[in-house]
Amino acid sequence: MTNATAAIDARGLGKRYGHRWALADCTLTIPAGHVAGLVGPNGAGKTTLISLATGMLAPTTGTVEVLGGQPTGGSDQLARVGYVAQDTPTYAGLSVADHLRLGAHLNPRWDAALARRRIEQLGLDPRQKAAELSGGQRAQLALTLALAKRPELLILDEPIASLDPSARREFLQVLMHATAEQGLSVVMSSHLVADLERVSDYLIVLIASRVRIDGEVDGLLATHHLLTGPRREAASLPASQQVITQSHTGRQSTFLVRSSEPVIDPAWTVEEVSLEDLVVAYMGQASAGSPDIRMLEVRR
Amino acid sequence: MIEFHLNSRSGVAPYLQLIRQVRQALRLGLLRAGDQLPTVKDVAGSVAVNPNTVLKAYRELEYEGLVAAKPGVGTFVTKTLSDASVAAHQRLSLELSAWIGRAQQAGLDIESIEALFQRAVQSAAREEAV
Amino acid sequence: MIWLTCRQFRPQAITAAGALIVMAIVLAVTGHGVGSAYTSSRLPACHANCATIASNFVDSIGSFDHVLYFGSILLMYLAPPLMGLFWGAPLIAREFEAGTHRIAWNQSVTRTRWAFVKLGLVGLAAAATAGLLSLMVTWWASPIDHAASLAGGSVQAAAGGVGVHSTWFVETWLEPAIFAARGVAPLGYAAFAFALGVTAGVLLRRTLPAMAVTLVVFAVIQVVVPNAVRPHLLPPAHATVPLNIQNGSIHVSTNAGSGLSGIQLTGSFAKPGAWVLSQVFYAGRRADPDIIITSSGPELMMAPQACIPTPGSGIRPADCRNALAVMHLRQSVTYQPASRFWPLQCIETGIYLLLAAGLGWACAWQVRRRRTP
Repeated sequence: MTNATAAIDARGLGKRYGHRWALADCTLTIPAGHVAGLVGPNGAGKTTLISLATGMLAPTTGTVEVLGGQPTGGSDQLARVGYVAQDTPTYAGLSVADHLRLGAHLNPRWDAALARRRIEQLGLDPRQKAAELSGGQRAQLALTLALAKRPELLILDEPIASLDPSARREFLQVLMHATAEQGLSVVMSSHLVADLERVSDYLIVLIASRVRIDGEVDGLLATHHLLTGPRREAASLPASQQVITQSHTGRQSTFLVRSSEPVIDPAWTVEEVSLEDLVVAYMGQASAGSPDIRMLEVRR
Repeated sequence: MIEFHLNSRSGVAPYLQLIRQVRQALRLGLLRAGDQLPTVKDVAGSVAVNPNTVLKAYRELEYEGLVAAKPGVGTFVTKTLSDASVAAHQRLSLELSAWIGRAQQAGLDIESIEALFQRAVQSAAREEAV
Repeated sequence: MIWLTCRQFRPQAITAAGALIVMAIVLAVTGHGVGSAYTSSRLPACHANCATIASNFVDSIGSFDHVLYFGSILLMYLAPPLMGLFWGAPLIAREFEAGTHRIAWNQSVTRTRWAFVKLGLVGLAAAATAGLLSLMVTWWASPIDHAASLAGGSVQAAAGGVGVHSTWFVETWLEPAIFAARGVAPLGYAAFAFALGVTAGVLLRRTLPAMAVTLVVFAVIQVVVPNAVRPHLLPPAHATVPLNIQNGSIHVSTNAGSGLSGIQLTGSFAKPGAWVLSQVFYAGRRADPDIIITSSGPELMMAPQACIPTPGSGIRPADCRNALAVMHLRQSVTYQPASRFWPLQCIETGIYLLLAAGLGWACAWQVRRRRTP
């Protein structure tokens, strides 16, 4: 789906509680038509960013637009965005069928056939109360509620964090199938990179309340390299190679660099990095107190 | 129809894995000209992978001339890799077994044989890339 | 949104309906008996000096009906705060606790609409339930109330408006203890208690603390209003009653040894059903400091010489009478007459409903403010 309107467009977005900034100076544009993974350690500000984007919180500074509209716009705006909150809440006293009726009554674009089909495929008993479902089943129910309202954008806050591996896999399968079928844009947060690696094609790394880097996954992986070679100082590297992390032994130096040009120095052994390595490197950079340079976006 | 799987530990990009699996299936004759590849939706749903990744793989295969997309219908295999080469494969396979036998007689264990083979393959690949 | 509110309210609705049905059956069955006893007691036909007939009727109330009378008053006291605690406090707080507000606020209804529909429907249910209960209880108890007010009316004494009872039944509908259990007032209380509960829930975001706060605040208000607010809702009336022996408002009591045991002022303020707010005793022009309220009522401490029995000859009634008359004793009473019952009920209910509406609006506004992730 090629759409000039970004899924989420944040400018200088920030949220402060007392003296602490839960999210600071967040400027990013998440393109539509992608599955964007929002990754960072616990407490980094992922839930805050998502709460601001879904209108649960009001920003202290800056603005955020979702699909070109305000998060708390009227019911038309609300109909365009589906949201599955952390721990996938459901109404404990209501049955599965009641949840679907809830969706049907409260959403103009409700697709009852889709919802029924999903529930059947999942093998859920419509009369069962949500409190009696397993964690994985509750997560699937919450996802069904969000999908059947036919949104353009789906925002998920750590939906699979507390699920077992098979439930996790099933959730992602359903999500990816629906993304392909409905042409959804997805923004999904997690503190585990492995969860996001299979499904994301756009990545945002949030560490200590700030965005460290964001961009398309292919571009990020193509421009980050692990260089191993004889011992030298970081300053001796060309300016086009931005050092993210470095480590040295007596004779060997290892650098993780970001460079838009290919590395052709024969002294280096150049390796690709995985997404996990990349995130870990940026976490290391953040804790080492490197200057908070706002990384440039990478676009294909 | 072919069934895909993803190895998240292999270090190979997901779309490349999909491409390789299609090529492998073509070579082994599991896919023939005219067969339909699973829809993007189905692959994304069964493998739990980003639909754009599947699209990228299918586009790459189309660029290589192995498949062709018919809008509104699906993606179909246009060329089989296994036609002329089945016989050649068998002969090469026999020669390989003979070589392995000789290497074992020369005193190499399986790991050394594998290392030898890997190095030869890698240097050939590098020469090809250049 | 209406569907969701009703669905979520279903368990409480069933409880309330059950309670209403049970009460209706019990009151209907026993009310029949009370009603027929009332008509056969000839009290409805009595227009003057009904005290004896009324007393007899009141004494004839059976023990079960006796219990039901007071039980229903207790029920009317409890119903509003119970609704505030169990319908009001969890209404929004429960959603915050369970995180389900994150589902509700992401459906295609705005938060304002969500809050207003929940508040409106459940608030209406609370008011309707309390109103129906009050209707039933008032209907059932009115014969007894009427008789009790007649039975005690002619001896309305001056100690705080609570008459000299021959039974435990109360004297007037205006009395704080019973005002809150009759008429339309419980409807207002229920709506207010409900709105109070929801507000506490929205501010505190936890159900149990909200319930505690609601209970405390509501209890305080229900104590303050009858004492400080209700007497002034309509300008009270005043009456000055002369106190002398002739009209029976002064009673000189002697003890066995011809000593003076006391001069009781029993007052002659006889307005059946009136709610006495305060009284002051005057001797001449000034408020008399010699009148003390004792356990048997107000007493004149400084008895005039003529009323003190001389040993051997007792009191000379005529002299004592004249001495007391010269003192020009008077009782000045501030009261709300019985006819003020329904006006006060309506005004008070109106105020409570207004407060409830104000709280409800404040809740919806607070929910809109986006402070809850």
